[in-house]
Amino acid sequence: MREFLLLMAVVFLGTGGELCMTRAMRSVGEFGEFRLAALWRFVGRAIQSGWMWLGLVMMTVAFFSLLGMLSIDNVSFVVPVTALNYAIGASGASLFLGEHVSKQRWMGVAVVCIGVTVVWLSKR
Amino acid sequence: MDLNFRRLHLRTWLLLPVIVILGPLGNVLLSKGMKGVGAEMTWAPSEAVAIFVRIFTSGYIWLGIASLVTFFLIYMLMLTWADYSYVQPASALSYAVVSLLGYFWLGETVPPMRWLGIGIICAGVLIIVGTPHRTGHEMVHGAGTGTGADSDLRGTTKL
Repeated sequence: MREFLLLMAVVFLGTGGELCMTRAMRSVGEFGEFRLAALWRFVGRAIQSGWMWLGLVMMTVAFFSLLGMLSIDNVSFVVPVTALNYAIGASGASLFLGEHVSKQRWMGVAVVCIGVTVVWLSKR
Repeated sequence: MDLNFRRLHLRTWLLLPVIVILGPLGNVLLSKGMKGVGAEMTWAPSEAVAIFVRIFTSGYIWLGIASLVTFFLIYMLMLTWADYSYVQPASALSYAVVSLLGYFWLGETVPPMRWLGIGIICAGVLIIVGTPHRTGHEMVHGAGTGTGADSDLRGTTKL
């Protein structure tokens, strides 16, 4: 049960964090000027976004959850099951960011989910 | 063939195996570090400070983080000259590489069913990578990584 909760934290908070950061970066605008001063200005604008901080907190918790999982389970089990983030990411991109997710990509996500289930069952 | 093109092509071929190894290596090092740090801990809230100190005084953990950060930097650099769809399938291979490292280096038991699952995951990721995705300006081939919104520090994977 503890592993399952940690896995959920890794995939939901990790992916949620990335989605929040994507949203923050889009609100800041495109980074097109590859100069150090422009980079600092860009970072300065980005850290003013609440989504950025929310994303950072979520990704930090996800990282520690991953460390927690790695302290319990084998890495050959932990890393493959975190591929579930493809499913959460595609759903989140569609619902939260309003992106179009093609049928082929959903098919790939379904195949990944089957693979994750098989890996999860291999532990039983 | 243009000399500059050949140089970039060679650089891609030299760096591709590096990122295929570095990401999984980072995860394996984190795993090795965490087995030493927290295997006997209960992860109770009262132990939080002690756990935190033990994690960040572990050499393996720092090596793992360094490996993942280097992976990410090389990956980002490669994307400045190589096609995303060319570099991205490396993420599919990483699931197999991490299991191979776990098996050969950490001596983990990997049952046949898990290898089957890992193979299915790799196939799924390759299908996702093969779908067209939209950049700010054009439609290109290759899909997002972890999120599909395009991620990647991930996951595990990646910090």
